[in-house]
Amino acid sequence: MSLLDRFRSGLQRTRERMEQTLGAALGRRGAIDEATRAALEEALLAADAGPAAAERLMDEAERRMRADPALDLRHALERGVAQLMGATRARFTPGAERPWVALLVGVNGVGKTTLAGKLAAGFARDGRSTLLVAADTFRAAATEQLEVWASRAGVELVRARDGADPAAVVHDGLSAALARGHEVVLVDTAGRLHTKRNLMAELEKVGRVCARLVPGSPHHVLLVLDATLGQNGLQQAREFQRATPITSLAITKLDGTARGGAVLAIADQLKLPVSVVGLGEGLDDWQPFDPEAFARGLFE
Amino acid sequence: MFEALTDRLQGIAKRLTGQGKLTPENIRESLRDVRRALLEADVEVAVARDLVARVEARAVGDEVLRSLTPGQQVVGIVREELESLLGHAPVTLAGSPHVPTVVLLAGLQGSGKTTFAGKLARWLGGRDKRVMLASADVHRPAAIDQLARLAGMAEAGFWRAPEGAAPEAIAGGALDEARRRGFDFLVLDSAGRLQIDEPMMAELETLRRASRAHQVLLVMDGMTGQEAVRVGRAFAGRVGVDGLVLTKMDGDARGGAALSLRQATGKPILFLGVGEKLDGLEAFDAARIAGRILGMGDIVGLVEKARAAVDEQQARRLVERARKSEFTLEDFLGQLQQVRKMGPLDELMKLMPGVPRQALAGAVPDEGKLRRYEAILLSMTPRERRLPRVIDGSRRRRIAAGSGTTVTEVNRLLKDYDQARALMKQMRHGPRGLASLRGRMR
Repeated sequence: MSLLDRFRSGLQRTRERMEQTLGAALGRRGAIDEATRAALEEALLAADAGPAAAERLMDEAERRMRADPALDLRHALERGVAQLMGATRARFTPGAERPWVALLVGVNGVGKTTLAGKLAAGFARDGRSTLLVAADTFRAAATEQLEVWASRAGVELVRARDGADPAAVVHDGLSAALARGHEVVLVDTAGRLHTKRNLMAELEKVGRVCARLVPGSPHHVLLVLDATLGQNGLQQAREFQRATPITSLAITKLDGTARGGAVLAIADQLKLPVSVVGLGEGLDDWQPFDPEAFARGLFE
Repeated sequence: MFEALTDRLQGIAKRLTGQGKLTPENIRESLRDVRRALLEADVEVAVARDLVARVEARAVGDEVLRSLTPGQQVVGIVREELESLLGHAPVTLAGSPHVPTVVLLAGLQGSGKTTFAGKLARWLGGRDKRVMLASADVHRPAAIDQLARLAGMAEAGFWRAPEGAAPEAIAGGALDEARRRGFDFLVLDSAGRLQIDEPMMAELETLRRASRAHQVLLVMDGMTGQEAVRVGRAFAGRVGVDGLVLTKMDGDARGGAALSLRQATGKPILFLGVGEKLDGLEAFDAARIAGRILGMGDIVGLVEKARAAVDEQQARRLVERARKSEFTLEDFLGQLQQVRKMGPLDELMKLMPGVPRQALAGAVPDEGKLRRYEAILLSMTPRERRLPRVIDGSRRRRIAAGSGTTVTEVNRLLKDYDQARALMKQMRHGPRGLASLRGRMR
């Protein structure tokens, strides 16, 4: 399946609803009337874009259509979304650092562990020696879950007993990576609600431990967001950003039902790029993010 | 939100008519704010639209327009409509006359089913019910281990199916086992699934049949967006849902999904999941969630937090001491520690009704200061805390060095303490104060 097809199938429902709500209006050119604007707003809100980003995208589409009379609403929207999502870009790809250290962070249940397993499998397949670090010592059996993923991906895993200090596990993991010469270290952290001050402080500590063992690390902090998430995503991104500088976002469970529009709000307000999308539960079900393909997936 | 809305409606009325009355037009305009608040809280677009339409229909009636306080009236209508949508009467998990009562948990991936299963076991255990947990989640790696671990923590029974058993066989086996061992409740966890995943939905149906579930609870992440309605409708339509559970409600999500789910399924919301610990389960309260959805804070949540942190006896002792003006630095330290136990202050402020988020910045005493105060107090000797007047210049220098602060800060603390004591003295003479504050907290 091509990249575009994957986005198209991931965003299928959202697109269908968009078409249902807007119908022929998507082919319209020139000025947008009140009724079309209302329908458009409803469609964007239904995609979880949120009131503010919806307004921004509508204004942007109107501006483009005024400037170019040949442009129809569908393409005006598509370009607006592509521009918004492409304003900043990021790839989740190891750099030249040895080891290259990445943290996966996010609230509970967004799919961090599953994504960590998939990303590790991808790197291992590219011939990079990869180490998984199970820093979720809180959730019962989280380590066992990652263990299964590590063996599926054929990579090594550093773990500790439940309830251990996550920073200590990270310390062990990075020491092991340095000693054994791993190229890539992926740290799976425990899910934490962004409103929990002590857990966010714990995350800061994990970051400090990384920097102490491998100067300049973590090289990438990936905030994992669930695509069925609503407007709270913005709040999550903002609070995580405070604890540890977020490099990019991953959207998980973008698999046909999710709306995925919450990332529009986040891109609009916080200018954070998306780097990875998770499309299902299989080992290979993830993709690098592509703003243009995402925009076309929404509207074409 | 309610306060702002009331002000706005009153303001418009005054300005436009000079008589304090509203017109249908300006009511409509104000209701746009309500709609926006609902949408920002993730209430589904159609649900929000219907709600606003119902409010509008009632609000432009003669009664409101002729009222002298039309603003309050409209706001009252918004509240009523919201609460009636959410369901007024509290509902709890019903036991069945047939033992065991079988509760099947269903939902999307990552909604918190397994954690909820552990919490429910603890909750039922606290009501003297014997509970057995079993997991039919053969899909997520280590999901069954996770539930086994939680069952241990909740001191509930657990049954593990033979390796490789299909979900249907697990459901039947768990039921037999629970019957045989005489459990009151069987809570059966299932794998997370998408509502459009046909084979998985068929599996859930099979699970329901094989376990003879009395209650299917749909467990949903409280942060879910617009999709909540479809998820609710699909699970209710395909498998049947008897009750709803919203999880992760200890975050700052406004919880509009509650409204969407109620509308989609017509079923009661039984529980709210708060926190990762096993006792983090709360009964649903429509008034609280209505307030939260409209961004007006959660005063009940605040009080519960306070209650959890404040030791009743200690509080009573404090009131007694205040009355006798014996409030010492020991008490000051105790108070400080209780406030700190309630969690970060800015989080608490978010729960306060009528405090706009923007106003929070800078207004909250910062966490660092409290921590330093605690360090200073702990660096004093017990005698110094009991008799603060003995703290002279030399002692101040020692305390500052011991707590890693400065003499200026020690001085500032002592000044704050003096003020607090003066306040306590005032309270002694007035009927209001700590005692009445505690009365309100009940």
